Amino acid sequence: MRKLGHQKHYYLMLLPGMVWLVMFSIVPMFGILMAFQNYNPGAGLLQSQWVGLENFKYMFQLNDSKTVIVNTFIIAVGKIVLNLLIPLIFAILLNEIRSLRYKKLVQTVVYLPHFLSWVILSTIVIGIFGYYGVVNTVAGMFGFDPKLFMADSGIFRQLLIGTDVWKEFGYNSIIYLAALTGINLNLYEAAAIDGANRWQLIRHVTLPALTTTVVLLGVLSLGNVLNAGFDQVYNLYNPLVYSTGDILDTWVYRLGLQNLQYSLATAAGLFKSVISFVLIFISYRLAYRYADYTVF
Amino acid sequence: MVRNTTLGSRTFDMANIVILGLLLISCIYPLWYTFCVSISDKSAANAGLVTIYPIGFSLTPYKEIINDRLFFNAFWISIQRTVLGTSFSLLMTVLMAYPLARPKKDFKMRNTFMWILVFCMLFNGGLIPWYLTIQNYHLINTIWALVLGGGVPVFDVILIMNFFRNLPKELSEAAVVDGAGPWSILFRVYIPCSIPVLAAVALFLSVYHWNEFFNGLVLMNTSDKYPLQTYIQQLVVNIPVGTNLTPEQYKKLSELSNRTLNSAKVFIAMVPMLIVYPFLQRYFVSGIMLGAVKE
Repeated sequence: MRKLGHQKHYYLMLLPGMVWLVMFSIVPMFGILMAFQNYNPGAGLLQSQWVGLENFKYMFQLNDSKTVIVNTFIIAVGKIVLNLLIPLIFAILLNEIRSLRYKKLVQTVVYLPHFLSWVILSTIVIGIFGYYGVVNTVAGMFGFDPKLFMADSGIFRQLLIGTDVWKEFGYNSIIYLAALTGINLNLYEAAAIDGANRWQLIRHVTLPALTTTVVLLGVLSLGNVLNAGFDQVYNLYNPLVYSTGDILDTWVYRLGLQNLQYSLATAAGLFKSVISFVLIFISYRLAYRYADYTVF
Repeated sequence: MVRNTTLGSRTFDMANIVILGLLLISCIYPLWYTFCVSISDKSAANAGLVTIYPIGFSLTPYKEIINDRLFFNAFWISIQRTVLGTSFSLLMTVLMAYPLARPKKDFKMRNTFMWILVFCMLFNGGLIPWYLTIQNYHLINTIWALVLGGGVPVFDVILIMNFFRNLPKELSEAAVVDGAGPWSILFRVYIPCSIPVLAAVALFLSVYHWNEFFNGLVLMNTSDKYPLQTYIQQLVVNIPVGTNLTPEQYKKLSELSNRTLNSAKVFIAMVPMLIVYPFLQRYFVSGIMLGAVKE
């Protein structure tokens, strides 16, 4: 059959991409062996001394590792929850706006921060919350003393979560807005005839229509429990807020590429990769079983 | 929508307009603030006097930037990287998506390749092995480290694959009857039918390449090889690792930064994004929906 003759072309099409995957994704996976070695860059992967699970034991003995795991978890979960809820509330409010032009304007503007990098945005955040930033200036007008917000470990997590939600709420709301356009308008009319007020319409018609989307997004975000956002933290933090702001990814970066503890950093990275892999796998399974969602 | 004109309903409308207005301002103000600082008088900006409009007026930072070779160099590297990286990744994506969109009876190894792809998407070797691998390929300090580093975005492959699968079968069947092979089906039937999706993916890829700073930081050893975002990132207070810092020292360090000049650089780095944004907007909604909703 002619179609079977197409197969060699299919292989040919896949070839460049597969070569890339092997070179840049699969080959580095062998580097994981370093986590079980006392890696010596001079000797290389094959000649370095094997130490079994020593690196992992040592990692968990370090005080930093506990701090970092706790921070990662708190920041990531905070972001996951608020990034589900705030866009939901925003989408519902936006849906209630009657002026189409105003709606369009708000939508256009709130999507924008998503497309700016954390490098740009953190420079701006530091400018606004810095010692000579606009927050302190305005607070000063009301008689408050200026504060070093960026160096205050007590509020750093809230600052991280807050600015992340600010950056993404518009963009994250797109999917809810799409679900909202799918609601049958007759439902609203029927409820209104039964005497429902605005709040009751939202509560009994709009919200139930969004539940599936919220649950699905929630399940899919499970895999991000150890992803607290490297770009953001790296660009906003400083040694004064390590105690609450240092996360696994930034810690691995400092251990590995700045302190050159290759084996330890690889062990920490592997720990994160394995847990994330399992979580994503579970979340996709759940999404498939309960929401009929498939990735491929 | 239901017409509801009770007092409660109108109060809700008013409150809603105000709340959304505040959110709108919260998203635009930081950009405006940055612009105001950049054209304000240096001493006023350093003292934190700028709030809602520029204080004094000075274009000195912009004049300084015009003579800043390193800044334009970084800008140019970012442009090259974005163009090359986006084309490379898009080509890879399309080439992989087509065979994977074939049903299993047409392409026997389809599922095997699919599993490899998904595994590579979900699992990685981590930072250090990745870095050492790229070092072994001698890509450090070359633009190819940045271009290839973006590589094959597996998620986009899956996205386009799903789109291809939903194209009517009759299209490719008719092409086969006319004697077309896989290459001409892909390039003359599938790609022309998928322009809006491909545009969305291309835009996401180019936003990624424009915004990415980490590969630039790690894979480039000298600052004249940095892309723009890495260059900007280096402007923010850089505190050496392992230093025991007191809040007082931190405050001193942050005073050293040249606020008007940095703001001007940040603002210029935003300009390309702000220019393409209106065009981009048409596509990204369809892009995000593609990733989310499938038949």
